[in-house]
Amino acid sequence: MIPELGHFALMLALLIAAIQGTLPIIGAARRMPAWIALARPVAQAQFVFVAFAWGVLAYSFITSDFSVANVAENSNSELPIFYRFAATWGSHEGSMMLWVMMLAAWTLAVSLKSRNLPDVMVARVLGVMGLVSCGFILFVLWTSNPFERVFPVPANGRDLNPLLQDPGMVVHPPMLYTGYVGFSVAFAFAVAALLSGRLDATWARWSRPWTTVAWCFLTLGIMLGSWWAYYTLGWGGWWFWDPVENASFMPWLVGTALVHSLVVTEKRGTFKNWTVLLAISAFSLSLVGTFLVRSGVLTSVHAFATDPRRGVYILAFLVIVIGGSLTLYAVRAPKVGVGGRFELVSRESMLLANNVLLLAACGSVLLGTLYPLFLDALNLGKISVGPPYFDSVFVPLMTPLVFLMGIGPLARWKEAEVPDLWRRLRWALAVSVVTALVVPLIAGSFRILVSFGLLLAFWIVASTVVNIRERTRGMTGGIIARIRRQPRSYWGMILAHLGVAVFIIGVTLVKGYETERDVQMRVGDTVSVGSYVFRFDGVTERKGPNYTAARGAVSVSRNGTVIETLYPEKRAYNAGGMPMTNAAIDSGITGDIYVSMGEPVGGGAWIIRVYSKPFITWAWAGFVLMALGGFLALMDRRYRTQARPAAAPARVAGAAGAD
Amino acid sequence: MKPRHRRFLWIGAGVALLGVAAALVLNAFQSNLVFFFTPTQVAANEAPKGRAFRIGGLVVDKSLTRDGLTVHFKVTDTGSTIPVVYNGILPDLFKEGKGVVAQGKLLPDGTFHATEVLAKHDENYMPPEAADAVNKAHGSAMAEKTGRTLKQ
Repeated sequence: MIPELGHFALMLALLIAAIQGTLPIIGAARRMPAWIALARPVAQAQFVFVAFAWGVLAYSFITSDFSVANVAENSNSELPIFYRFAATWGSHEGSMMLWVMMLAAWTLAVSLKSRNLPDVMVARVLGVMGLVSCGFILFVLWTSNPFERVFPVPANGRDLNPLLQDPGMVVHPPMLYTGYVGFSVAFAFAVAALLSGRLDATWARWSRPWTTVAWCFLTLGIMLGSWWAYYTLGWGGWWFWDPVENASFMPWLVGTALVHSLVVTEKRGTFKNWTVLLAISAFSLSLVGTFLVRSGVLTSVHAFATDPRRGVYILAFLVIVIGGSLTLYAVRAPKVGVGGRFELVSRESMLLANNVLLLAACGSVLLGTLYPLFLDALNLGKISVGPPYFDSVFVPLMTPLVFLMGIGPLARWKEAEVPDLWRRLRWALAVSVVTALVVPLIAGSFRILVSFGLLLAFWIVASTVVNIRERTRGMTGGIIARIRRQPRSYWGMILAHLGVAVFIIGVTLVKGYETERDVQMRVGDTVSVGSYVFRFDGVTERKGPNYTAARGAVSVSRNGTVIETLYPEKRAYNAGGMPMTNAAIDSGITGDIYVSMGEPVGGGAWIIRVYSKPFITWAWAGFVLMALGGFLALMDRRYRTQARPAAAPARVAGAAGAD
Repeated sequence: MKPRHRRFLWIGAGVALLGVAAALVLNAFQSNLVFFFTPTQVAANEAPKGRAFRIGGLVVDKSLTRDGLTVHFKVTDTGSTIPVVYNGILPDLFKEGKGVVAQGKLLPDGTFHATEVLAKHDENYMPPEAADAVNKAHGSAMAEKTGRTLKQ
């Protein structure tokens, strides 16, 4: 009975979303206050019904109701409760439900946090989100119904894929989807602005905090995914340029460009067209990502062709959303005008270059991801594009970007002088060059690529220090007082940029100095990696809640003293019998020690994988700093005490006039 | 500088930047493509010598032997069979009789020296390349079965 209630609630949600997607937009076009006023209550009602449906699905998973096909296929009564809950989004149907749920949550947030926006604008924004929601709810109901029953009811479920039985599964997908789906808000704002025909800087100011929140969640989501892959896949990699990863990385790249271009549109009234285009692209890429991951096209182009309903639906939806919004853009954009002028050397031009580079990077990822699919679909042969391609493209594209990151925040808007920038930044450049040359020598061995990576990182740090000094110079009071006087959005930017530096340091050092050894070890054998000596102390059996593990013991010593014992595991899950490697990792600020078990080779000997990964945690720490920077910027005073709508257009008009 | 000149400079800089980026990307793309060959194609000498490529198919039953870190096994598409040598730890889901994809180079003696062995995600999952290789070599019940596995 209960699953049927969920199914029914979802159908009602579809109807409500249809109302939300039509009446307020028509009302806004025809100036009908009653229809405009519908937007908020209808959006909130949609949320209630979607949340109810989703709650029912989660309830079915938690109570192990195996009469629901989706539960029977993806859960098992032996699973601990938090994995039963996480199994809610462990399948195709479940993750589409999570999409719908997140979209409803964002819609609710917009309806609640938009009191200072004109009602017409809110009606359009919520209307656009309602249309997107319609498309997705219909997709769930028509092609991927998670509430379908199965008869006869199986005694137990088939289990959640052991790879997914991990705390990462509980946090990573919701975080990633929050970000993914969050770009729908920026998209809705952009389309609403196009519909209204008033593409001034106002909409940029409104959509900026929303875009930043979504970007922060996406950043955290990607970071969690990378970390999860690192400790769970058992071979110590943290980014594989897998199509599924690329699917989340492309919206991130465009989202990063969008976050920066919104600054220019808000502050200078320039880049208006461009920003709208980016908002449309960011969300479109979220949809493309959903299509890639969810349609089955990655598993096999041909499997997709034999069961095309899902894929064709998403593809059609993509065409409607992207095509529709681009057509609207083509009609409206020419009237917008370019906005304020700026010189070849100015903060605007550098942010524009940043945008072009990020888009080029995104384009190269798109090419590497889609080209093999195209070839395969056209039966022109099977190829794969591996990490070497992405590595060799990304370094040259990101180098100028990082270089500009140092200069941009110091350059003046509208017109900057090269000699002036050189005078202010020459010491930062000198310091970063010297440090980049010296640090690898201290670390033990000089490598040109390590030096180069460090140069980029130290350049960001040094130029940021210059920036902070210039900002706080000439101020009175102690350091704390000076720091507090700067707006939080400024410190947010500083933190996020330093995050990039920390990320680069992590990646550079781990690529430059990591050691990986696969060795055959009998009990008592030792192997040394770097300054550590590892001794294999044998294997014992351990019973987990729903698996049996062979648990190895490896003691690690340094300079003759044992510092710790690591316990990697090889698990066999009861439900499917599928084996699974669990690495044992000792994480530290200066690096990780990573031990995982291969297979037994007879006589009590095992193949053991021993890695030393210096500074790898910095790569993720960098991403966390970027996200924290975003959140800090959101705590800026102007978002807390927002200007009343009447005052807003005047201020924008003033800013535009100044140009 | 007149506004018109400035605009030209702008467009020029933009086109140059995009040109460099495109050249870079396409060049990297060209040199890093990895092609896929079925065991039958390899047996017919269609695979490149000296360049890395991928093979896929089923791991032949009882063909796996291990000598310390070095493993030997055979990959078949039910038409032809290739011996493979690999140094290191095989993935969890590597099993005799199941699908596998390997990347590496062909040695002069016709053995495939794998630098990477892929068998991933799910015990029922068949790497698409492997299924395709088997399908190509055979329109038999075997291929039908893998086709079914694929759809899951």
